[in-house]
Amino acid sequence: MAETEILSSPGARLVDVVRRFFEGDVFYSFRRSPVVIVAFAVTVIFFLGAFLAPWLAPHNTFDAATLNLLDAFKPPAWKADGDRSFPIGTDDQGRDVLSTIMYGMRVSLLVGFCSVALALAIGVTLGLLSGYIGGALDALIMRVADVQLSFPAILVALLIDGLARSFLPRSMHEELAIYVLVLAIGASNWVQFARTMRGSVMVEKGREYVQAARVIGIHPAMIMVRHVLPNVTGPVLVIATLALAVAILTEATLSFLGVGVPPTQPSLGTLIRIGNNFLFSGEWWMTIFPGAALVLLVLAVNLLGDWLRDALNPKLR
Amino acid sequence: MVAPANQPLLQVSNLRIEFPTRRGTLVAVDDISFHIDPGEVLGVVGESGAGKSLTGAAIIGLLEPPGRIAGGQILFDGQRIDNLPYESMRRIRGKQIGAVFQDPLTSLNPLYSIGRQLIETITTHLPLSDSEARKRAIDLLAEVGIPSAERRIDQYPHQFSGGMRQRVVIALALCANPRLIVADEPTTALDVSIQAQIIALLKKLCREHGTAVMLVTHDMGVIAETADRVAVMYAGRIAEIGPARQVIKHALHPYTEGLMGSIPTVGADAERLVQIEGAMPRLTEIPAGCAYNPRCPKVFDRCRIERPEPVAVGPTGVACWLYAKEGPRG
Amino acid sequence: MLAFIVRRLLQSIAVLLAVGFIAFSMFQFAGDPVNNMVGQDANAETRALLRERLGLDQPFPIQFVRFIGNMLQGEFGVSYRLGMKVEQILVQRVPATLELVLIAALLALSVGVPLGVYTGLHRHGALSRVMLTVSLIGISLPTFLIGILLILVFAVWLGWLPSFGRGKVVALGWWTTGLTSWDGFRALILPAVTLSLFQMTLILRLVRSEMLEVLRTDYIKFARARGLTSRSINFGHALKNTMVPVITITGLQIGALIAFAIITETVFQWPGMGLLFLQAIQFVDIPVMSTYLVLVSLMFVIINLTVDLLYYAVDPRLRIERSAVGAH
Repeated sequence: MAETEILSSPGARLVDVVRRFFEGDVFYSFRRSPVVIVAFAVTVIFFLGAFLAPWLAPHNTFDAATLNLLDAFKPPAWKADGDRSFPIGTDDQGRDVLSTIMYGMRVSLLVGFCSVALALAIGVTLGLLSGYIGGALDALIMRVADVQLSFPAILVALLIDGLARSFLPRSMHEELAIYVLVLAIGASNWVQFARTMRGSVMVEKGREYVQAARVIGIHPAMIMVRHVLPNVTGPVLVIATLALAVAILTEATLSFLGVGVPPTQPSLGTLIRIGNNFLFSGEWWMTIFPGAALVLLVLAVNLLGDWLRDALNPKLR
Repeated sequence: MVAPANQPLLQVSNLRIEFPTRRGTLVAVDDISFHIDPGEVLGVVGESGAGKSLTGAAIIGLLEPPGRIAGGQILFDGQRIDNLPYESMRRIRGKQIGAVFQDPLTSLNPLYSIGRQLIETITTHLPLSDSEARKRAIDLLAEVGIPSAERRIDQYPHQFSGGMRQRVVIALALCANPRLIVADEPTTALDVSIQAQIIALLKKLCREHGTAVMLVTHDMGVIAETADRVAVMYAGRIAEIGPARQVIKHALHPYTEGLMGSIPTVGADAERLVQIEGAMPRLTEIPAGCAYNPRCPKVFDRCRIERPEPVAVGPTGVACWLYAKEGPRG
Repeated sequence: MLAFIVRRLLQSIAVLLAVGFIAFSMFQFAGDPVNNMVGQDANAETRALLRERLGLDQPFPIQFVRFIGNMLQGEFGVSYRLGMKVEQILVQRVPATLELVLIAALLALSVGVPLGVYTGLHRHGALSRVMLTVSLIGISLPTFLIGILLILVFAVWLGWLPSFGRGKVVALGWWTTGLTSWDGFRALILPAVTLSLFQMTLILRLVRSEMLEVLRTDYIKFARARGLTSRSINFGHALKNTMVPVITITGLQIGALIAFAIITETVFQWPGMGLLFLQAIQFVDIPVMSTYLVLVSLMFVIINLTVDLLYYAVDPRLRIERSAVGAH
């Protein structure tokens, strides 16, 4: 099988992959589960709404000129003193809540995706090294992974943020806040990727074709990467999906705590933090709607990840 | 409850086991019938996937979902057991029908001492006190050949070697003196040097206790040494069933012939072992007619169209058109 | 066994030293501590004097050893923000957090484990499916949002429970507890529920998947084949084997609870270590940050050691040296 994969052209391989996907068990179990279809639809709608916010959002919340403080604290449109042009109300500065949610989700997703990509890159690299080189390096990496795993992600992220604050001057920190956040969340989630990768490499390392590669003059590491990567795509995809949910939650939590994204670029967590200040005075929509958007998004991603894990793991059926 | 002397201990009639899947229902065991007499050892052979282990699982009532018994019945001691509620069947399992599984390394709970597992099984089925049960457990361990049983009873599974563990598993199966033991590949996971010992032990114990055995294996050597009768399974059906000596020496079904040809014999002059061409069909692709027809060297037209029913040839039952006494029906 | 514990202890010490080093380097690189203490307008001589008194003129390794030594003696420096000795602040804060974490852990375990076992045993039951779906919502709800929602419902709308603070606390020596008074207990309900919900659902799901894993094993099938009662199989054999990973999980969860207490304490203005730490981060109050870090690490190390010891109690494979008749 390995030979045909290497020999056939990329185009034919792609067609083959697509065909196998639609005939395969994964697509079948997708079609069979209405909950998963809904989750997928919600995810797609949220992703589109967030990434197309500048074109789709009813108001541009970053344009100070269009803001009117007289519009502040308007309840949702269906309430007695609601305003048609602000369907789910406005916040303390007169910004349309729906628009802030769309822009906020953009930031949440951006941080989420970037940090998962970072975690994936760190994890896959360390996992490969750990599994392939083995020995003392493997022991060290896995020991660090163990220790880090016993420290909850949120604490690691807080710590990295705290360190960045103490090392960087204040103004520079504001500027770099998003990068620090991505670094903090990404660095706190790499362990699972590394473990999966390492396990897969350990299995492949003993195989004969790896030895054979040496004979025909290809570096064993090269051929292993070619073989290991297809094997781990499934598990890595599952971990990445679930990690995205965790990353979005972590970002929201950090922003809620006031150590996340800068106030100039509010994410869903920031919106909830702001709304929380007005909870007791009755402006519940400023908290509930961003909160609901956050929960729906994370729930949908979790459902997809959960389903993907079951669909890719026939043992559980 | 005492059965008449001529009644078999176990009677399986027209048993059919199915697996519903999204691409249709798979028939893993297709309409098989056989019996086991009290004290008799029935060997069941066949390639993996032939349905032998599933038949064993169906008899002890532990077929794993989604697999299910779709037809036929299983009588134990004259009583129907294939449709019993879980709790009634549980009382039969271990007490009337014991089981020995393939892998002794994974059959024992690693967190409990073997004594605890033995005593628990004994007190579940027999009205004994804990100390009486412990005494019985020690006796059983000694009987299955575990040295200094009194000391080792409090040890944990990981402190025993593979062969010793399988002896413990056999002791566990014998706890309540069952009348039938279903042994599913009891030696496959063991070292070759240990296999003979375990088979000899199983044979000796069952003779002494008068226990019948359904011995599932793919090893014809084991069958030749142990079994009174043999059932040869192929693709979910019984190809041939009869007295062990008869089937081994004078195989009737071409598949059995092929199997016998593949046994290496010490001192035989054969240039090379006979090998059956091709592989057993997958359950999704069982051909019409006789399931063996694509691989059969003696195949003729009828084999591809009509499925052969077992017919009696002397003491043997064989499902093959070569032995049909009548012309085709319909 | 002894060798194992010694090895674990050495690893723990290595971890603590590494954390101590991070804490120490925060002081080193985050501006000049002398500036923080005396302000910009002190003259060079005062600075040099202070520098000498603080030992800052010493080489780096000696400073580090001295730093660790101080920590061991319970001297953690002075908070930049509060101007109090850190150890004095902590004595007030630690009981609040530990009480919250303890109650939340009990709540999460006593609900999460039984439900996990139930859903594992009845994996196709309607109730299991409902619980599993609810649990997925549970892990999708961030802790701070749970807190906000509980406050909105039970404090703002219904007015049944307080929304912030510890209520009335009773001092027992240096320890303070809210458990002995009705007022303090009421104040504890919402934060404890908030903190435990996420962990509860996580424990439920983990116990369930462990249970399913164990129920698939050969020894459970063999236990069935021996005709043992369902009760004995499920609660004797399966549950005990599930407990091995569950102990690890529980250890990790208690660690997580300490971390998540930061969020809960912020939402409920609970006067514990977490809130202190968060404020320290926002104000770059390095003595408090580094102390929290070292203290929490110490707690984690203790939890992990306890987990290792519990393993020994549960799993005979670790407890007994391999006998002459080797396994495998």
